[in-house]
Amino acid sequence: MPRIESPAELEAFRNEILSKRDPNKPCITLCSGSACHASGSRDVARAIEEEIDKQGLSQDVEIRKTGCHGFCERGPIIVIQPEEICYLQIQPEDVPEIVSETIKGKKVIDRLLYTDPATQEKIVHESEIPFYKNQERLVFGSNGNIDPKSIDDYLAIGGYSALAKVLFDMTSEEVLEEVKKANLRGRGGGGFPAGRKWEGSRNAPEEIKYVIVNADEGDPGAYMDRSLLEGNPHSILEGLTIGAYAIGSHEGYIYVRQEYPLAVENVNIAIQKAEEYGFLGENILGSGFDFVVKVHQGAGAFVCGESTALMTSLEGRAGEPRPKYIRSNIKGLWEKPSVLNNVETWANVPLIINKGADWFTRFGTEGSKGTKIFSLVGKIINTGLVEVPMGTTLRDIIDNIGGGIPGGKKFKAVQTGGPSGGCIPERLLDLPVGFDELTQAGSMMGSGGMIIMDEDTCMVDVARYFLEFLTDESCGKCVPCREGMRQMLKILTNITQGKGKEGDIELLEELSELAKEAALCALGKSAPNPFLSTLQYFREEYEAHIREKRCPALSCKELISFYIDPSRCQACMICARKCPAEAIDGGKNKIHIIDQEKCTKCGTCFEACPPKFNAVKKISGEPVPGPVPEEERTVARKSKKK
Amino acid sequence: MDNERIDQIIDKHNHEASSLIQVLLEIQSEHNWLPKWALERVADKLQVPMTRILHIATFYKAFSLVPKGRHQIHICMGTACHVRGAPRVLDMVQDLTGIKPGETDLDLKFSLSTVNCLGCCALGPVVEIDGQTHGKMTPAETAGVLKSYD
Amino acid sequence: MSEILLQIDGKEVKATEGMTILEAAQRVGIHIPTLCHHEKLQPYGGCRLCSVEIESRGWRRVVAACLYPVEKDLIVFTRSEKIDRIRKLIIELLMAHAPDAFILQDLAKEYGADRDRFEKEASFCIHCGLCVRYCAEVKKKFAVGFVDRGTRKEINFIPEIAAKECWDCKECFPLCPTEALQAAYVLCQAMISSAPASESA
Repeated sequence: MPRIESPAELEAFRNEILSKRDPNKPCITLCSGSACHASGSRDVARAIEEEIDKQGLSQDVEIRKTGCHGFCERGPIIVIQPEEICYLQIQPEDVPEIVSETIKGKKVIDRLLYTDPATQEKIVHESEIPFYKNQERLVFGSNGNIDPKSIDDYLAIGGYSALAKVLFDMTSEEVLEEVKKANLRGRGGGGFPAGRKWEGSRNAPEEIKYVIVNADEGDPGAYMDRSLLEGNPHSILEGLTIGAYAIGSHEGYIYVRQEYPLAVENVNIAIQKAEEYGFLGENILGSGFDFVVKVHQGAGAFVCGESTALMTSLEGRAGEPRPKYIRSNIKGLWEKPSVLNNVETWANVPLIINKGADWFTRFGTEGSKGTKIFSLVGKIINTGLVEVPMGTTLRDIIDNIGGGIPGGKKFKAVQTGGPSGGCIPERLLDLPVGFDELTQAGSMMGSGGMIIMDEDTCMVDVARYFLEFLTDESCGKCVPCREGMRQMLKILTNITQGKGKEGDIELLEELSELAKEAALCALGKSAPNPFLSTLQYFREEYEAHIREKRCPALSCKELISFYIDPSRCQACMICARKCPAEAIDGGKNKIHIIDQEKCTKCGTCFEACPPKFNAVKKISGEPVPGPVPEEERTVARKSKKK
Repeated sequence: MDNERIDQIIDKHNHEASSLIQVLLEIQSEHNWLPKWALERVADKLQVPMTRILHIATFYKAFSLVPKGRHQIHICMGTACHVRGAPRVLDMVQDLTGIKPGETDLDLKFSLSTVNCLGCCALGPVVEIDGQTHGKMTPAETAGVLKSYD
Repeated sequence: MSEILLQIDGKEVKATEGMTILEAAQRVGIHIPTLCHHEKLQPYGGCRLCSVEIESRGWRRVVAACLYPVEKDLIVFTRSEKIDRIRKLIIELLMAHAPDAFILQDLAKEYGADRDRFEKEASFCIHCGLCVRYCAEVKKKFAVGFVDRGTRKEINFIPEIAAKECWDCKECFPLCPTEALQAAYVLCQAMISSAPASESA
């Protein structure tokens, strides 16, 4: 493949690709992101290839393994083009029928379609499914149309036209101005205006400058960056190259978590192909601009998502953050001006260049322009990755896209911003999503993790969980974080175990102030946020744990007991058989009793008791009622009358 | 894995000290752990102090200074999995294997570690064993799955 | 080097570009307490005891004096209610590790810190890093380093290097605010002397 040496050659090549593709030819697109892999999409892929071959359709049908479609709750997902027929939760056994009925027979298979839970209506087209219909998938949408390992697919959807425009029709100042005008704010958590960051580096009087992609997505529950990098790596490469041109950098790094092997693989393939085609390396597209990119893997440290720690790690050291008194866009990697931005931020750049800042600013709010990709997870019906314009309310996301809370449970809180963020309660759900709005509510946008919690989630335990996470991930250099978090975790653990005492909340608040004010880096400074926000909105739970030794959500193991209500127990033996601790005494027609000494609080009996009996109860803050006397343990069965 | 292989890996990364973590990742991935002699070879070839290498090898979770078991159990403790009951799954696994996260049992059969988000939140709680992802795990189901490994 | 005028505790201070607040303050005899700072070593910013409040461009915040570079018209407060609260808590947190360290006892008296506020921790080490940094930056022997991270972080002697270098050196010993360094060295000595002959240098 000879390198493409001019924009004209690029367009000619693009047209050549398009002319060889028949838009009416049936194409089976299969979501092949990591989450669908975990649901078995590799087996489905194999089944499709075998069946197509078996039915002699290899010449007539395209198979495309695409990037993540986002509707992870219902994977593996197939979308058949050009009709856009969407089948969900496909198993290899379904494939022969799909090929015969839909591909050959042009008939839709009802049982594989999405069913609207309200109307029971079947929906055929992917874009009409409420999950997708209520999104604005400007950045993420392309994932479903391309095979991330194919550069031709990216070119077919218009890829690298932004780069050509930038290198030949725009000066580097004009590129910078466009990004500033678009008011693109960092999508990694800080929300810092990207244009201003770039400008600082551009103006710094140094020859050598770096651009860096932060793909060390560490917030638990957030996987947007992974799906973007896995599913559309070229969009990030294109954005990065444009940024390099704008600031005058010729060397870039992509720092990816090693826990994302598919993303590492796909981005390496993308770089290799881009170099082959002339989009990276020397004299890109014949413009005279040189730019190379290297991939560095992380090695399992959340703190390396912090920009200065990331740079320290790139330098081949333990990822301890450095003070940011001199900003890293002035003195960053190897003390040179370095622009570090998140994966999603870079992916927005080609869009802004292609469609213009004016178009981009039509989406979003005054302070937060464009869209944001969120990972909507936890206690929600439609788990997955969603992209919405800034300004969409939390309620809209949770109800109209997420489909609400499963099991008929009540919503309690939505956690945003990961370990640096906070919990937002029900009464604030009409808050429009935006950088400043979420910060004012005591949380933050963060990288986009949105974890839904229901009435069964204990908010004190949530604070303890995040503190445990942060003490594990703290680099340990500064006292406020290392020692402060250590003590906060101890106190919160005690509270969840019924050992809390008066004065604990005040001490936690003192330690929070220390970390917020005096910690060395953003990890330490934001570490108290989960505690502070849960205290702000759920103070009564803290007080119940401390004063009454009671967990209102019936979740904290040491504060709950499992109890079988003798008036409801039908002695069916299901729970007794399943109990891993053999703690349930009972027999046919003999009311079951849980031996509290043996009970490990695993909850298996609670899950196992048939809903029509609903005999296993969780109680907290009160003693377990004494066991029923032996004589009264025979079950009084309702007589079976016709 | 021998000195020759280590030299090859270092060559591939152009003998740059900044690639220290990448070099160690390759050795860890091929050899399943980082023996002392390997660290000494790297220190010697890249001309970096042993203290720096030891700090890196202990700072980052991907590295192990002791041999790992035949089967790697990763339990996701991400927020979504946590909220769906992952701690109870972890308790069950700890009880059954007798080891805590970061440890390997004496038979070198299982190595247990917790991971902070595998990105399969729709399937939570998630347990990954030898790269195979098991979703929607309850403590009881996890016990069953573990019994199938020898 | 251009001259920079700033204000520390209401006093006009003349500093030069590139100086830190700590250096500027020391110049005019204003005392800011430190633990992890040493004139022969690069500033570390780990103990945060030198935290001061600054007012710059209308914003007031807390920074580490040993690292923050002086700026024109910077206003610095080396003591305030907030700063005193921060320092008191830092001392109390460190005294959970090394309650008998002289330097911590002196600081506790000055800031009204309670020696027993927190339950005692197993390790004496307060992670000032003086030993590690001195061996690396001044002696360039790298006999002792840090391992692990967060609350599991520790100092660790490399037995092969320590066996060769430390007996005749021990220059880091007086730097240690606690007994942790000596304890770590003694442990290492024990390991070296009990190792088979073929392993030692």
